[in-house]
Amino acid sequence: MELLSFGDTGWGDELFFATLMTIAVSIAAMAIGFIFALIFTPLKLSKNKTLNIIGNCYTTIIRGVPELLVIYLLFFGGTGAAMYVASIFGYDGYIEINAFITGALAIGIISGAYSTEVFRGAILSIDKGQFEASKVLGIKKYIQFYKIILPQMLRLSIPNLSNVWQITLKDTSLISVTGLVEIMRQSYIAAGSTRDPLFFYSVAAVLYLILTFLSMKLINKLEIKYSKGY
Amino acid sequence: MISIFPSLLNGAVISLQLLLTSMFFGLIIGLIFAILRINKNPIINKFAYGYSYFFRGTPLLVQLYLIYYGLANIEFLRNSFFWVIIKEPYWCAIIAFSLNTGAYTSEILRSAFQTIKKGYIEAAQSLGVTKKITFYRIQLPIAIKQSLPAYGNEIILMLKGTSLASVITIMDLMGEARKVNVLTFKPFEAFITAGIIYLFLTFVIHNIIKYLEKKYGFQT
Repeated sequence: MELLSFGDTGWGDELFFATLMTIAVSIAAMAIGFIFALIFTPLKLSKNKTLNIIGNCYTTIIRGVPELLVIYLLFFGGTGAAMYVASIFGYDGYIEINAFITGALAIGIISGAYSTEVFRGAILSIDKGQFEASKVLGIKKYIQFYKIILPQMLRLSIPNLSNVWQITLKDTSLISVTGLVEIMRQSYIAAGSTRDPLFFYSVAAVLYLILTFLSMKLINKLEIKYSKGY
Repeated sequence: MISIFPSLLNGAVISLQLLLTSMFFGLIIGLIFAILRINKNPIINKFAYGYSYFFRGTPLLVQLYLIYYGLANIEFLRNSFFWVIIKEPYWCAIIAFSLNTGAYTSEILRSAFQTIKKGYIEAAQSLGVTKKITFYRIQLPIAIKQSLPAYGNEIILMLKGTSLASVITIMDLMGEARKVNVLTFKPFEAFITAGIIYLFLTFVIHNIIKYLEKKYGFQT
């Protein structure tokens, strides 16, 4: 147990901050995913063939390749791409992109693909009468979206978004391969320096279990709160 | 891009081997735990639930590390004949993947078992069919047919999961792509080619499942 104590002798505080890092990356990734989803959901539902294909390509490709591949592509390719863009603007120095940003972006692109599917399903399950009624009342298209469709869509997608959150939370463990110190990386370091991998990976597993358990409870509460009156 | 293709294809073969082997063991594990889950004994029930909760609640990477680095830490395992198996990264990966997919499969099969209409079982009972035969000839085939779509998704998730084998030194498709990237400093070529192969594999699996669903799918 002394291995987990706080302070210089134990790994308790390191693991605690690593857990916070995991939560931070997950939330950032989820937020980035939302932005992607809000861009690509209209494309997937659009009647325009080209836009439709773009939307479908995004979700199909991202859901068809391993998460690790997206992370590697951004991690190894991102630096080169950023330096290339900078060289166009006349900057030739070395640019290193922060591991947190790369990681959050990579996981965000992945969770965005899943969120897109969730939002699409939610919008399709909204009663057609809602669209027609707002049209009859002469409400503008974007007001219709923000005031009528979006709130209902979010409420309907809470149960499925909780699945996406679980996937995102677990996917953040993959960022450890790029060197960002979250739970997985920290246990790897601790296991290496104490030569006790069994203990530290078990601790990591328990930390993930606690995170998934707590977030499940929280989301269930949200779901109950927002389904009042239905 | 063409020159790196053969080595990536070799990696893809390893990936497929990992996938098929772990799907095979995972199906057996999943079936056993699904049967334990619908058992009425609370202790057996809780045990099976705990298993699936653990493997579904933690990342696959943690499970892989626990088995690859963690098991080697236990003294008596190192001295027993298990050491022949767990010293090989390939078998460690298969153990981790099988246990992981077994947990998801057990959940898929459990929900399939529970959605079987009671009428079928009652009909069998009233005809005097024994419990064993009811299970093997009625419940099991229906459950397998009903869980085909969800199981197809699980196969694709597992194909993506096998890419993690590359972090414990296995040269699967992902591992080969990493090697190409390190040797040539061309991340885009290496990873995008690997991505295309992964997409192709996903596409093939998706269509096989679709075909099976059409042929054997269960319409209620």
